[in-house]
Amino acid sequence: MPFTDKPQVFTSKIREFSFGTDGRELKLGGYNTYPLYTFDAATANPPRIGVLISDQGYDRTVPGFEALYGDCNDVPEMAKKAAALPGADFVCLELDGADPNGKNRSCDELAALVKAVYEAIDKPLAVMGCKNVEKDTELFQKVADVMQGKKILLLSCREENYKTVAASSVLAYGQTLGAESAVDINLAKQLNVLLSQMGTPEDSTVMNLGCAAAGYGFEYLASTTERVKAAALTQNDESLQMPVITEIGDDAWSVKEALLEEADAPEWGSREERGIQMEIVTASAALASGSDALLLKHPESVKTLSELIAGLM
Amino acid sequence: MALKGLDIFKLSPKTNCKECGCPTCMAFCMKVAQGAVPIEKCPHMSADALALLSDQTAPPMKTVELGNYKLGGETVMFRHEKTFVSHTLYGVFTCDGLDAAENEKRIADMQKVDYDRIGEHMTVETLYVNHSDKKSADDYLALVEKAKASGRVLILSVKDPAIAEKAVAAAAPCAFVLNGATKENFEEMNRIATAANAPLGVFGENLDDLYDLVTKLEGLGNKNLILNVSCDSIKNAFADAVKIRRAALKNNDRPFGYPTIVNLHKIARDDKHMQAALASLFTARYGSIVIFDEMDYAKALPLYGLRQNLFTDPQKPMKVEPGIYPLNGAGPDDICAVTVDFALTYFVVSGEIERSGVPCNLIISDAGGYSVLTAWAAGKFSASSIAKTLEELGVNEKIRNRTLLLPGKVAVLKGEVEAKLPDWKIEIAPREAVQLVKYLKDR
Repeated sequence: MPFTDKPQVFTSKIREFSFGTDGRELKLGGYNTYPLYTFDAATANPPRIGVLISDQGYDRTVPGFEALYGDCNDVPEMAKKAAALPGADFVCLELDGADPNGKNRSCDELAALVKAVYEAIDKPLAVMGCKNVEKDTELFQKVADVMQGKKILLLSCREENYKTVAASSVLAYGQTLGAESAVDINLAKQLNVLLSQMGTPEDSTVMNLGCAAAGYGFEYLASTTERVKAAALTQNDESLQMPVITEIGDDAWSVKEALLEEADAPEWGSREERGIQMEIVTASAALASGSDALLLKHPESVKTLSELIAGLM
Repeated sequence: MALKGLDIFKLSPKTNCKECGCPTCMAFCMKVAQGAVPIEKCPHMSADALALLSDQTAPPMKTVELGNYKLGGETVMFRHEKTFVSHTLYGVFTCDGLDAAENEKRIADMQKVDYDRIGEHMTVETLYVNHSDKKSADDYLALVEKAKASGRVLILSVKDPAIAEKAVAAAAPCAFVLNGATKENFEEMNRIATAANAPLGVFGENLDDLYDLVTKLEGLGNKNLILNVSCDSIKNAFADAVKIRRAALKNNDRPFGYPTIVNLHKIARDDKHMQAALASLFTARYGSIVIFDEMDYAKALPLYGLRQNLFTDPQKPMKVEPGIYPLNGAGPDDICAVTVDFALTYFVVSGEIERSGVPCNLIISDAGGYSVLTAWAAGKFSASSIAKTLEELGVNEKIRNRTLLLPGKVAVLKGEVEAKLPDWKIEIAPREAVQLVKYLKDR
């Protein structure tokens, strides 16, 4: 007796989102099946991978980062290396140095760096703030101005600063925007509704639902993402149909398993290997639950996840 | 059409004898209707009623017992719909076609992974013992003997019934799966597995073939099966895993209501990073047993953490044991900090304290597994519960330092805690864990 499969193809869709211009455009979303269910219907755009780099350099104690970035003189050179990695679709520059409790670099200085990085690479650019709400608001304004018309992706606005950020970046300068909420479907929906009430075009935002490393409350991220996709597809909830972007690298490399030196945990083996596999396992599970873009750090994770995605398409 | 609880209740003995484990017959019938328990759990159901009900009320996915572990028995496609009940089991691939030294190394490495994490013991549960057709029966039996010594559940992967029979005899008393039924050998293999009361692993060339074979085996009376997904490509393996689970749970297509095996040795041979990625994918998406070439801590730490996360019941918060957790080598003269037993809170707070490098005794108070604010609102994290925790854990005797950090979110408790603990100096820590590093370094 043959098996009768019943494909699940929905009339609702995950909205197609694109960022980048000048021949370096990248599309996310645009599918009407559960994520990765390419056997139900072809997927318009595969999940994408962004490589994380920071204005504060990289962790020199990890040999893989040293081998990749060791001979770079500045951040734009790092960006060039990151963009050229096999499997990299875009670069995500983190402006950690903006943090008023850290280096407190000026917005003008960092906006100039964003421009230099953009010019050094031939792929789309995402820019992540320092997670200090006031500073990010000011920073995004400057960056959006300097990058006018380049349609870069700014990560991310939150409920506290969405008005200023959306007005100054998307509406005034044509950039695109990540909407960040804390691992909760209702908060995500609320922020999307607020953004659309301001007149932000719905195809100019992606959702950043938060992140957690494997073993550290990852179930919240998995279930939130799965519920978002289910609401978008099965209930045609238009305020949850934006693609999802997930920061993985920073979270994965900051848990104990990836930080503890080999001398302190000899039975655990190479620290770099633990970091890589923490990043790969977290990213693959995020992909399974429905993330449309993954932000990764290590070249080996970028390579593995891009091969996994290619294998699933 | 699924039966309603009330329809089943009409046929039940209505004696409320509790022998099924439910408080009343009505409660039992409701569970049967949801597919949560099989009707056979009631010892007093009449034969007529059983015949009528057992087919219609059978859970959509069977539970297969494997030694001390259970596979399958799932009722939902996504954990937020209810919960996942049987977590994925992991296994390491050995084969008589590999060097004896390589097999020994794989078994030895696998045995090193052995640790506890939030009340769960983490080990590699199964060992895959593969027979290569280039090798003899004796070669295979020698490997089975070695595998047996590991004390794991064995997955005997052999398609030659004559060798299978010997391997099964050699494997006893270990729990095992006989993984080798194909359309060519299924009658013989079925006989061997049934006689040994072991689950039978089924291979098909594609899903049609697999479906047909399962139907035939069920026709022979065997409902103790495990299904092998295709392992020729990532795409096909993932498609099979999803289609099998979806057929069983969503479309009530009974022949696919069995657990699955995903063999990563075949899909991504010797590629440890791709195997880690695929293991994560199949832990999240419908792999009941996942087999690797090797297991070490680098892979185990994230993977077991992920599995523990995904297979927690969303209705019950994950808890850590109340106790004194000395961080960064803290001793009796170092400061104390108190927080709740919600696992996520514990991980975030302990992680940040570890990052600060400041020695600190983290005291976990029993707060019903709620987060700080929820526990405070529910009266489970209060001045008296903190004082009680300190007393029960013997903090006054074990620790000489008398500084206690209180979570910033319950700063309001400071006065009451000071009243309850007069010899302690109470300090208010920041509201968010991320601010702890700076706070601990600066104070």
